[in-house]
Amino acid sequence: MERVVDPTTQKGSALRAQSQTIAFVVMTVALVIAPFVTYPLFVMQALCFALFACAFNLLIGYVGLMSFGHALYFGWASYISAHAAKVWGLPPELAILVGTVTAAVLGLIAGSLAIRRQGIYFAMITLALAQMMYFVALRAKFTGGEDGIQAVPRGTLLGLFDLRNDMTMYVLVLVVFLGGMLVIHRIIHSPFGEVLKAIRENETRAISLGYKTDNYKLLAFVLSATLAGVAGATKAILLQIASLTDVNWPMSGEVVLMSLVGGLGTIFGPVVGSFVILAMQYKLAFMGEWVLVIQGVIFVACVLLFRRGIVGEIAHRLHIKL
Amino acid sequence: MFEIFGIPSAALFGQLLIGLINGSFYALLSLGLAVIFGMLNIINFTHGAQYMLGALTAYLLLKWLGLGYWEALIVAPIVVGAIGIVIERVFLQWLYKLDHLYGLLLTFGLALIIEGVGRNYFGSAGLPYTLPESLRGGQNLGFMFLPNYRVWVIVASLTVCLGTWFIIERTKVGAYLRAATENPTLVRAFGINVPRMITLTYGFGVALAAFAGVMAAPIYNVSPNMGSELIIVVFAVVVIGGMGSILGAIVTGFALGIIEGLTKVFFPEASNTVIFVIMAIVLLVRPAGMFGRRA
Repeated sequence: MERVVDPTTQKGSALRAQSQTIAFVVMTVALVIAPFVTYPLFVMQALCFALFACAFNLLIGYVGLMSFGHALYFGWASYISAHAAKVWGLPPELAILVGTVTAAVLGLIAGSLAIRRQGIYFAMITLALAQMMYFVALRAKFTGGEDGIQAVPRGTLLGLFDLRNDMTMYVLVLVVFLGGMLVIHRIIHSPFGEVLKAIRENETRAISLGYKTDNYKLLAFVLSATLAGVAGATKAILLQIASLTDVNWPMSGEVVLMSLVGGLGTIFGPVVGSFVILAMQYKLAFMGEWVLVIQGVIFVACVLLFRRGIVGEIAHRLHIKL
Repeated sequence: MFEIFGIPSAALFGQLLIGLINGSFYALLSLGLAVIFGMLNIINFTHGAQYMLGALTAYLLLKWLGLGYWEALIVAPIVVGAIGIVIERVFLQWLYKLDHLYGLLLTFGLALIIEGVGRNYFGSAGLPYTLPESLRGGQNLGFMFLPNYRVWVIVASLTVCLGTWFIIERTKVGAYLRAATENPTLVRAFGINVPRMITLTYGFGVALAAFAGVMAAPIYNVSPNMGSELIIVVFAVVVIGGMGSILGAIVTGFALGIIEGLTKVFFPEASNTVIFVIMAIVLLVRPAGMFGRRA
């Protein structure tokens, strides 16, 4: 399949292992400098989306499962952590934890239903389940309906760090993001991750080799939902709001777009993609509804002409793995 | 007037009727999705936008050309079907050899474009579409009021659905179509122009969506967003019914419409979610869907 930049079939694995490390170091350095040269709030927001997109990409890129309902975990984690911080008065670390656990549980339920069907049905089921939970969020009292949950306090991290300071907040978001990236790196380079890739390439074969592929797919789904939850919960604390936008289907589409633009199945693609898409939304905000049209055009153009995405294309040209 | 389970009969039958109407749209749209998927191996995410285009075309025909409902019912599906054919030639034909996923992504992008353009020109609010004189009014059946137009929608969509079933299952063209679904290479070897058949199939599936859109125009307002939420429900319908069977798609569509209508009477809070809940239950009990075979 063309969508995957296959890490195992190219030559020179020692060099490529380094190329990822180098890219990671470059990215980290850039992100440490970033808040001093551009708007910290923008970078923080982009980092939340980047983690969200990486979580989505874990499924499509490494297991070959196309979830079209990832807003469910992102949005519900942000609702629950916003509620926990505002109404229950939990400190930010616990609020994020509660939101994340919620996403994991939702991922377990939705995942165990969705893996019962393959291919295109999987995408439709995940989308439908996410839409169901959108309606639940619309109706539920605590979500505040159309208003969402506003004025969520950022609070004091571990009782020590006041997150009302943007720089302190930045450090938290950066640590969460880098931690998430390392977890994903760990997953895809573990024996478990190798089985996931085997399922992506040929599920029937993996079954015949004795792997209970459903268990592997479900665990990967839960991990992806959990990481999406971390991103959503952190975003709720960061922007101090949780709203219907985060659980609705366009958000599920947006995370697909971010990963597609950056490069499906690459580690750094979703990060680049989310910065590109978010920057575009900021720059073109004055164009109102036309942003939707532009996003549609990017979708079409990427699928027809640019399936490797930005990072995938660079990796392909340089014969390295990113 | 009388009561059933403590519900006034007018309310109960009224909701049943609305359920049947929604069921007609579910049936028409899931039928189109199934026909398209059979030939193109693509899940047409643009289907909701094409349904909206049908309604919008009817509105514009009336506004610009003074063409009424009956003309729109013929013209709009042809116009939107032709747009579909262009879409197939320009975009979709390059995707058949790729993973299914790309078809979904591309048609999703197209849906965003169509909906976005619609919102820019027509706003998010609904545009009213007036009903033709001949279909206004209704019958008082004693236990409920039966609007003529709603009866027409149900009859018309049933006719179109069954007609489609007849064409596919009982005619020579349909036999070619089914054969090409199973083995396109072999059918081509017999001298049949399969690529043209694929193009026309897509146009036909899209025309079905536009037909549903025209019929929906007088009931719901014509709005750019009318398709996107509907299409997700229709996806759930397709998951429940499975895309292997034409008749299955029709039956599932109508049945789910009725169930949704009844839920509105007895448990209104769940009316938005009931179809998704049924989908979850079906996945637990019969993972392949009601009419599907295990892939």
